[in-house]
Amino acid sequence: MVFLQIAAKDLRSELRTKESLNASLSFAVVILLLFSFAFDPSSEAVAEFSGGLLWLVFAFAGALILNRSFARELPNDCLEVLIASPVSGAQLFLGKTVASFVLLLTIEVICLPIFGIFYDITWIPQALPLLGIFALGTWGMTILGTLFSALTVNLSLRELMLPMLLYPLMLPALMAAMRLTTILLAGNAIAGNDMVWLRLLIGFDIIFTALSLALVETILVR
Amino acid sequence: MTKNIRLVLGALVGILLLRNLYVILFNLPDEMEQGPVYRIFYYHLPAFFAAILCYITALVASSMYLIKKNLRYDAIAMSATEVGLAFAAVNLITGMIWGRISWGIWWAWDARLTWALICWLVYFGYLMLRQAIDDPTERAKNSAVLSIFAFVSVAITYKAIEWWRTQHPGPVLSIRTGKQLIDPIMENMLYMNFLALATLAVLMVIIRLNQEEMQRQIDGLRRRAHAI
Repeated sequence: MVFLQIAAKDLRSELRTKESLNASLSFAVVILLLFSFAFDPSSEAVAEFSGGLLWLVFAFAGALILNRSFARELPNDCLEVLIASPVSGAQLFLGKTVASFVLLLTIEVICLPIFGIFYDITWIPQALPLLGIFALGTWGMTILGTLFSALTVNLSLRELMLPMLLYPLMLPALMAAMRLTTILLAGNAIAGNDMVWLRLLIGFDIIFTALSLALVETILVR
Repeated sequence: MTKNIRLVLGALVGILLLRNLYVILFNLPDEMEQGPVYRIFYYHLPAFFAAILCYITALVASSMYLIKKNLRYDAIAMSATEVGLAFAAVNLITGMIWGRISWGIWWAWDARLTWALICWLVYFGYLMLRQAIDDPTERAKNSAVLSIFAFVSVAITYKAIEWWRTQHPGPVLSIRTGKQLIDPIMENMLYMNFLALATLAVLMVIIRLNQEEMQRQIDGLRRRAHAI
């Protein structure tokens, strides 16, 4: 359970500075605003791609948070100390993933009502299943994103490289989350043929969690 | 020794490609429905298979690097990915030319097209990451991990896009998937050209490996010169 302590440490230091939380939340709201210029926000069609819009916002906001995940440890060589500590690489990685997951989910939960107000989307009746999809999709994004955050932490082009690598690779999860969110926001339940997307999302999470935990040690040890 | 292998392979590839080009252009009949444009298919599909072959090689070499920590495997993975990207580009571009003539549009958001593009972007990201890291062992290790992730994700994406796109069937899909190359002459030609392009891919990987080897020697010499 050491990973929970790592996660708590990350969350505590984030809540004290609110560095990435503020940045990515305001960024998310700005993108939500920008969408209103890309198409007619009052049209009926918005409901048909609402899930896609919402997840694009989350993906952009997520990249900001995930960038900081390992970069936060760079000053004062904190990362070296963490790696040298008796905590295993997998625990350290899992802790950081959980911290990013909580932060990103918080942002998503704040963004959803804002989105509902701006684009006249009713989400309250489906709040619980939506939260479940958000959690599954966000886990997929954070597990891959934290791994790439570790992969790119020493690069000068870090801020650019992370989204470049992350977005194409997390596409299956993103597609599934978009599709499921759209279904839920349209007021329907996930059933029948759409279950395949739920299975894909869960499968993606399991596969990449296992793969990341198996390979993260090789990345962290220099 | 490797120089001789390269020369022999090069000659073989040259002869094969010329011979195939001749047969494709002059000996084979036009296709019944599409006319002469179908000939691009003899490069389109084999290039795709050559690219897949390269990606699989990259996956195996990357895994081998993580097990053995031998930089030679890293060089193989890098060369294979680079060559694979080149063949994937041939696949995409020939497909677009064919699409422009047969469908009237350069690009259709069909499942396979989308997947091929994503595949290309993912492996392009791999090369970008390599460029951004200076230390050879760090680069080898990180890119090996990325290569494994890339392959797994690309495999899942393949299925996912199919679900995604077929739920909104486009006018192009049935042409793409329902097409059968019945005539055995045409099918054999496809295999022949796959042989040619696959050999070309092997040759290119070998050349690229050789360059990488030389680069490492030059770097070593440079370091020694600096030390003096």
